[in-house]
Amino acid sequence: MSNGLYETSRIHIVGDRGLLVEYGDRIDPVVNKKVISMAIGLEHDAPAGVIEIIPSYLSLLIIYDPFVTTASVLQKSLISLEKRLPEIEIPPPQTVEIPVCYGGEFGPDIQFVAESNSLTVDAVVRLHSKPEYQIFMIGFSPGFPYLGGLPKELHTPRLKTPRTQVLVGSVGIANEQTGIYPVTSPGGWQLIGRTPLKLFDPERSNPFLYKAGDRIRFTPISPEEYGRLAGKGVK
Amino acid sequence: MDAFLVQAPGSYTTVQDKGRFGYQKMGVPVSGVLDSFAGSVANLLVGNPEESAVLEITVIGPRLEFLRKTDVALAGAEMGATLNNQPVNCWESFSVSPGDILKIQQVKSGCRAYLAVSGGIEVPEVLGSRSTCVGGKLGGYQGRLLKKGDILRCGEGTYLDVPRRLPSAWIPRHSPEIVLRAIPGPQDDYFQEEGLVTFFQSEFTVGINANRMGYRLQGPSIPQKEDMPASIISDPSISGSVQIPADGQPIILLVEQTMGGYTKIATVISTDIPKIAQAIPGNVVRFDKVTLGTAYSLYMEQKKLMREIARNIS
Repeated sequence: MSNGLYETSRIHIVGDRGLLVEYGDRIDPVVNKKVISMAIGLEHDAPAGVIEIIPSYLSLLIIYDPFVTTASVLQKSLISLEKRLPEIEIPPPQTVEIPVCYGGEFGPDIQFVAESNSLTVDAVVRLHSKPEYQIFMIGFSPGFPYLGGLPKELHTPRLKTPRTQVLVGSVGIANEQTGIYPVTSPGGWQLIGRTPLKLFDPERSNPFLYKAGDRIRFTPISPEEYGRLAGKGVK
Repeated sequence: MDAFLVQAPGSYTTVQDKGRFGYQKMGVPVSGVLDSFAGSVANLLVGNPEESAVLEITVIGPRLEFLRKTDVALAGAEMGATLNNQPVNCWESFSVSPGDILKIQQVKSGCRAYLAVSGGIEVPEVLGSRSTCVGGKLGGYQGRLLKKGDILRCGEGTYLDVPRRLPSAWIPRHSPEIVLRAIPGPQDDYFQEEGLVTFFQSEFTVGINANRMGYRLQGPSIPQKEDMPASIISDPSISGSVQIPADGQPIILLVEQTMGGYTKIATVISTDIPKIAQAIPGNVVRFDKVTLGTAYSLYMEQKKLMREIARNIS
């Protein structure tokens, strides 16, 4: 199949506590949608002994307690769930608006991204804030979304030497991916802007603003607006 | 109530409990005690539930001043500890009074020691756990390593009438040569038969890059099949996943990791994770191939052993 979706899922043993269920071999919205649907289905109707369900680009890792269940019991539940999946109502993805101040001190690499793609900085901002991005998976640090759908004109390789510190809220590009750093951490992505929005706050009743499968849209804001929102401690 | 003041923090001391589950899909690693056996025993020795929060102490220990009367126990790595300059034993509880100074020196064998205080170390629960995730700056004591001047609190505990100790037959020996039992997969099909043979028959040395995120090993290069890509599209990892990056040198991923982008040749079984926790750079590691059935039986045995220990020392 052209989108890389397997006809039947492939299940791999991951030690004595995990099962990896693979649905395809390519980064593709159709493959990822299947992963997310299964994750939702499993959460909706979790077999006994399941501790965590972790969706990613192509696969789902299920972590279980071997004291309660086994790989073969889970495998049977998975196959039966796959058959019932069309009957399970999958809630529509929500779209989260992320205000971003592009360029300047907020996006130190925007000039580089523009130049390496023969674009103006304004064009980079316009192109980046146009699509509705699909969150393929969350990982690397709490709330870090790996987004699919970056326009081809913006594909830019990672930094040759990663930064030891990327500030919280930074929006970056790495090849065909774009994402946001929800925690100050080391990182090698090209930084083009920053959001004043707190993407992850364990103190908040909803610590995360989105989940895998949701959509993100970036809205350009001015440095003044950034300051105003940051000062207000936007939630 | 205040339990102790940190006079000197040691090289890498954090608050950890059983770990934070259910948030890996949000990019939050499990964290938690790396040596769950030692962490559980330390708790049982002071009369706590196994999963209470403890200090995980790495290589060089802290110096603590106690602020209240309570029971304390150390388990795991042998670090040479003194209470008011008098030696105290590992795997045994002892009582402390306000003003007492507990000095934990540095590892003689093993890598990580666990300090339990009666009532458990009390820090706020974040996403359902008290474990420190240093990378995510959350949980534990202000999401970070302990520093000089920190004051840690403990819960309401019971005071022991007699000290408790772990019978010596159950005290694990921390050998500089460890055998880790592992199950091939999830991406063992990326490797030539020869690569798998090399992996399961060679000796590897723990490199200097060995921490709660992962242990890098050095040894013979594990070749991949030539027609397979050297890296995969990032997928979730589990504590014990053994990644083989392009240089062919294994990395055992541990509890502060949620994703990996390299092929994973095998997964160390849960029962053997504590052995990695106690390994230090220079130690020798060998992998022993086991079946899932064997891993399950070993897991059950381990559970049974913990129940027996709990019965025996309480």
